[in-house]
Parts: sequence; structure tokens; C-alpha cells
Amino acid sequence: MAKTGRIDWRQLIRYGLLAGVAALYVSVIGMVEVFSQRSLITGVLTLGQLLLFSAPVLAGYLAVYKDDESQTAAFSLLKGVITGLFSSLPLIALVLLANAVNLRAMFVNVSPALIDILVFGQGTAVGVLLLLLSGAIWGTLGVIIHLLPDKTRHVVLVGLSWTLGAGMLSELLIQVFRPLFGSGFIRFVFQGGALKLWASIVVFILVTLLDWYWSKRREEVKTKMANLNPTQRRAGMGVGLLILLILPWILGTYLSEVLDNVGLFILMGLGLNIAVGLAGLLDLGYVATFAIGAYVMGLFTSTSSLGVGELNFWIVLPISILAAMTAGFLLALPVLHMRGDYLAITTLGFGEIIRILALSDWLSPIIGGAQGILAIPKPQIGSFVFRGPQEIYYLILAGCILAIFVSSRLNNSRTGRQWMAMREDEDVAAAMGIDTTKSKVLAFTLSAASGGLAGAIFASKLGTIFPHSFNLLISINVLSLIIVGGMGSLPGVVVGAFALVALPELLREFAEYRLLLYGALLIVMMLARPEGLWPSAVRRRELKGTEEEEIEGGEGAPVAVTAD
Amino acid sequence: MAEDLLVARKVTKRFGGLVAVRELDFTIPKGSIVSIIGPNGAGKTTFFNCITGFYSIDEGDLIFDGHRLNGRPSYQIARYGISRTFQNIRLFENMTVIENIMVGQEPRLTSSWIGAILGTPHTRAEEEQAEKKAREMLQFVGLQGKGDWLAKNLPYGEQRRLEIARALASDPKLLLLDEPTAGMNPRETAETTRFIQRLRDELGITILLIEHDMRVVMGISERVTVLDYGEKIAEGTPAEIQTNPRVIEAYLGRGAAASANIEVSA
Repeated sequence: MAKTGRIDWRQLIRYGLLAGVAALYVSVIGMVEVFSQRSLITGVLTLGQLLLFSAPVLAGYLAVYKDDESQTAAFSLLKGVITGLFSSLPLIALVLLANAVNLRAMFVNVSPALIDILVFGQGTAVGVLLLLLSGAIWGTLGVIIHLLPDKTRHVVLVGLSWTLGAGMLSELLIQVFRPLFGSGFIRFVFQGGALKLWASIVVFILVTLLDWYWSKRREEVKTKMANLNPTQRRAGMGVGLLILLILPWILGTYLSEVLDNVGLFILMGLGLNIAVGLAGLLDLGYVATFAIGAYVMGLFTSTSSLGVGELNFWIVLPISILAAMTAGFLLALPVLHMRGDYLAITTLGFGEIIRILALSDWLSPIIGGAQGILAIPKPQIGSFVFRGPQEIYYLILAGCILAIFVSSRLNNSRTGRQWMAMREDEDVAAAMGIDTTKSKVLAFTLSAASGGLAGAIFASKLGTIFPHSFNLLISINVLSLIIVGGMGSLPGVVVGAFALVALPELLREFAEYRLLLYGALLIVMMLARPEGLWPSAVRRRELKGTEEEEIEGGEGAPVAVTAD
Repeated sequence: MAEDLLVARKVTKRFGGLVAVRELDFTIPKGSIVSIIGPNGAGKTTFFNCITGFYSIDEGDLIFDGHRLNGRPSYQIARYGISRTFQNIRLFENMTVIENIMVGQEPRLTSSWIGAILGTPHTRAEEEQAEKKAREMLQFVGLQGKGDWLAKNLPYGEQRRLEIARALASDPKLLLLDEPTAGMNPRETAETTRFIQRLRDELGITILLIEHDMRVVMGISERVTVLDYGEKIAEGTPAEIQTNPRVIEAYLGRGAAASANIEVSA
């Protein structure tokens, strides 16, 4: 029996107003205006509008999220309308207030352009009505998303996010597609750096169909993948490697540069992952290893007056890594008996010490102080010079492959188990015979290695290094990408690096709000998906094992019986 | 009389002004099952922690199998052949059951991180061996088929068994069990008791047991030591302990000592 329950006004008002305040906040700090410059679907939707509208959609969804099945759809939709209407109120208040008094004295970002965006380019009176209407529509949309059957909702949401994502990255897509399909195709699909409406609909339908197909065939494909023979597997890896090798020449200089940055952060992420993800040692000063790698490379290869020896890149590379490892080793000694917060603060201090030393007048005769080190030559093999981002890419790619190989070997070894056991419970790990002192020192030392490698490549990539390149933000970035990707997971590091390094780079609008978005993203991740975007898979040892035993014969069974 | 595997001489442990263990003399003969009982706060677990190096003792000597344990780090003591479980289960929760047992084998493993990176034959062989042994251990404690579970997802009773499996994985000479039947129902308790007996009889492991359940203690111990306020107040066979007036007094209070009996169904 369907029933129409009482409307819980307080709850609806709360969700509505909360969403409204969120929308108000992003408007007042200027995000909406800046984001509105990026069009997603030409003439239909801008990123700013997406930001504004997502609040009432979410509110509508939440308003009916906990309702039981018995309520009628019409009743739920009504709730969505009410929530949406309330979510418009704070923005309406802002519009009216901005008309009455000059808010810019206090809120510099409340510009006429912002108000114009909020009232959809119409006057105040019409605009307020439109705001109410749009609130109601988006609130209802949130409810509709909730009402859809689970499978349909999943398909629709996947389709929507791909379409919006494609719209957001239109400039990138244009750059990649232009050399492949020619300018005619670009003009056909894109307009003003955004998808045309029909193109976005096509993308949506395509993705939806693909996702629907995938959801039907997923298991089948997965088992097929798992049953590939080694030759096929090797062939697959070969194709993957080939794509990675030609990638910079498809993407062009600018995108290769972005890719290089992502690669450097992947390298650092892989290193820090050993300390934080595996061994559970919260290291907030990871930038120190990066700085040491860079400075060693700079000092020993630079042709400037600061340069010592003007050695070859390939000779200094291992020295840089060793220097960073030594620093990691030395850092480990004083923090051996520290845990949790104390460890974090101390490592934070270590990172700052290195940066301040690099900046200090005291060391400036040796390492250049604030002027940094100039004239660091590019690496070279024979006559091939790693000149630009497209060439340096190969160096970084090689480094990443090496780091992934080493990390995964360590991950699946006795050493990795020791680290994990120490992360889980240090005392018990010691009681099981693990020398936790040795394990910690090893974790810090090995963790520093790929930071040093990243630093060394960074130095010769830029040709110059300055102390201010090695600030706390790098440590925080690396840590964030591990958390977002999934603690202790190698694919997680790669995914996290793309999400936190490539995306802000591609969407210049984000730059100003980078930290705000990081904070918001981390909070959302902690609430919705604390295990990360790509959590480390639990290794399947026993399945493999029991299969073998069955093949060997039934000898295992009687043992099991007598064991009870 | 077998030789003593563990000898404690006048062991004292203080926390500030509180004496948790006072001049305790204690021996465990090789191949025996010895129990320590006593009211809450009597210093039983503290004594365990002293043996396993969690606490360093203030006075006295701890000798195990020819090694002096005083001031030795936990991991070293584990490598001498002492293994333990915990009163409140302490598994590596976010690791799989198999991985937990493989960590338990630590004292016997020799491969290094360099070997792991290079994938040397020694490392591979050792890992394979360790995995195989972990699976055998899984069967021994009746957890076969659950090797890929995360330890935290096991039900309570199985977590207890996993903890014992992890402790056994190092092939210990001495196994310290801290209230292994806590929180179990009578049937599970009886099963665990039989299991402990089997560990000694079949694997020849010497066992030191802390237990509150008198049925367990009286049923399988060859000798029982009673602690109260950190001091040994009685020692003897289960039968002797049951009739010892000081023990009854410590458990039930002075007034009850005259009339009460500890109910035992051993």
C-alpha cells in the first residue's frame, strides 16, 4: 500500500538551505564567475553553472535518500521541488542585496558579472523567478536520480560524468584530435572550446551504451583477461608500452609537459607510498628527498660558477639517489621511537629545515641561496639530447617503470609484510620477531630513493633550481595523491597523480582554488570512499593454493578432519 | 623431572610506586603445561609482557633455554623461540589470514629486501615454502578456505584460532597463551582446551597459560601458580591449589574462605 507520509519540513529546509549556502559560498569567493569562463556544452552549460546546480541536485537526492520504498514517486518529487526552492533562497538574497547595497566593499568577488550569471542574464525580477524555477528543477532531478532503478542510475551517472568530463577537457581533446582527424572534424564537434550540444548527446548515448554493455559482459571479460596465456599477456604489455612510447608525440609539447609533471609526482608518490602506505610512517617532509636529489644533480652537473666537477648526468644520477637515501636514513634515526602525530611533526620539520638550508645565506656560497643553481645541462645519450618535455618524458617513464617494478616486488615480499605488520601493530610485529627498528630505517631509506630520482630528473629538466620550488606544498601534494589514489596501492598512486596533478594543470581555472578543491576532495574521499579511488587488491593466495592441492590429490582432506 | 625451559628468579616489575610483579620465582619444565591464575590486576599479563620483552624488568633474572632475556628486545626474544597470543586479540587486521600466519613465521625467514627486488631463487623458494607452511597451519587450526579473508572479517572464535596459528607459525619452543578462551561459550572452550592439549602432545610445545576459566586450568595444567597483588601466593598441582585456603581467600575474600569451595568439574 503506497502512503504519502508527512512532509518533514525541517529536514527539507535544512538540506535546501545547506545546498543554498554552499552555492552562495562558491559564488561569493569568485569560483562561479571564474569557472563560468569555461564552457562545457556550447551555449548550454558552463562549469560555473555546473558548480551552482550540483548543490540543489545533491540536496534533492539527500532529501529522499533515507525514505522507505512505500512512498509514492509524486510525493518524493514534491520533496525535491521544495528542497530545490529553498536552495535558491540564499542566492536570491545575494542578488537582492547586491542590487540594494554595494557588497563589493566586503566581498570583492560579488561583481556585476557574477550577478548576471546568477540571474541567467535576465533582469532582477525575471532572474529571481528563474532562480526559483531552476532550484526546483535541479532539486527534482536529484530525486529522479534517486528514484531510478540502481542499474539505470549507474549507467546514467556514468554517462553524465563522461559527457561533462569530455566537455571540461574539450581543449585537451581538440589538441589531441586535431592532428589525428583534421580541423574540419574539430569544427564539426567543438565550438568555442566546448562540445556542441549534439556532440555531447552523442557522447552521452555512446558512453551509456558502452557502460550497459560492459555491465553485462564484465565478468566474462574479466575471466577472459585472467585466463590469458603468458604470450598474450606479454603481447598486451608490449602494446601498452608502445602506446606509452609514442604518447608524447601524439600529445604535443604542452601536454607532454603536463605528463612529465604527473610522472615526477608518480615517482614521488611511489616512494612516499613505501613509508606511508606500507609501513604506516606518516612522513610530511618528503619534499626534502626531492630537494636533495635536485641539488646534488644541480651542483655536480652545473656549468655555472657554482658547479662542482661538471660531471655527466648519468654519473650523478646514482649519486643523487644515494644522497637522498642517506638523508632518509639519517632522518629515520631520530624518529625511531616516535609514532603518529610526533612523527608527522618531526618529519614536517625536517622538510622545512632542508628548504631553509637551501635558502640560507650561510650555504649560499655553495648552493646559491635564493638565486639557486643555474645552467644545469640536459641529459644526453650519445648524440640524443633529452632537450624538451617530449624527450625528458622517456627518462621519467623509465624511472616510473623502474620504481613500479621495485615497489611491486617489495610489496609482495617478506619486507613488504614486515612493513604492513608494523603499520597494523608495532608491538605485535616486534613480538612476532620483526626488528621494527631495522624495518623503519629501511622504509625511510628506500622511500627516499625515488624522491631523489624525481628531484634529479626535475633539476636537469628545468635547467635551474630555486629553493622555493621545494616547499611544503609538494609534500602535501604527494601525500594527498596517495590518499586519493588509495593507501598502499600502486595503481592508486598513478590514478591519484593524474587526478591531483594533471587535472588542475589542464583546468587553469582551478589554479586559484587548488587548495580549496584539494580540501573538499579529501573530505569527500574520506566520507565516501576512504579506501581511495583504486585501493590495493587483497592478494589471492589461497585460491591459487587450493586449486593446486586439488590437482595433487585428496591428501589434504583427511588432515582437515583430524585437525578438528 | 625434565629440565626447565624458562626460569624466572626474583623478577620484579614496578610502575612508579606500584609493584606489579614482586620477586617472582617461577619455572616452566620443558614439555609441560603450566598455568598462572589470579584475580584481576594480579600481575599475570604484566609477567607475560616481561617475558616477551614488552616491559623491561626492574630486578631479577629471566633465563630461557640458555639465553638471558633481561633487556632483550621483543623481536630477539621471539627469535629465541617464545611466541604469544594476546588477551584482547591483536591480529594484523588489514592483512589477510595467510599473511598474518606468514608474518608469524618471521623468526625462521632469512630473505632480504635486495633478494626481493632481484627475485633471487632463494627468496622465491623461501616465499613459496612460507606460503605452503601457512596453508598447512590454516588447516591445522581449521581455517582452511579462509586464507584470503582479511583478518578483521573473521568471526571472533576464528580470530582467536588465527592468533594461535600465527603464534605457532614460528615453531616456538614456548607458547604463551593469554586467556585463550575469553569470550567463548562452553562448547568452544572445551574445543580450545582439547586443542591446547594437542599442541603439547603432538607438537611438543611447552605452554604457559593465563586463564580465568577454572575448568580449563584445572583440566589441562600440570602445575598452577597463583598470583595476587604481584606475589606468588601458591603453587602446586591443580588438586593442591583447589584446596589451598590462601587461594580461596584471594578469589572470594576473607570471610568466604572458611566455608566456600571453588567449583571445579575437572
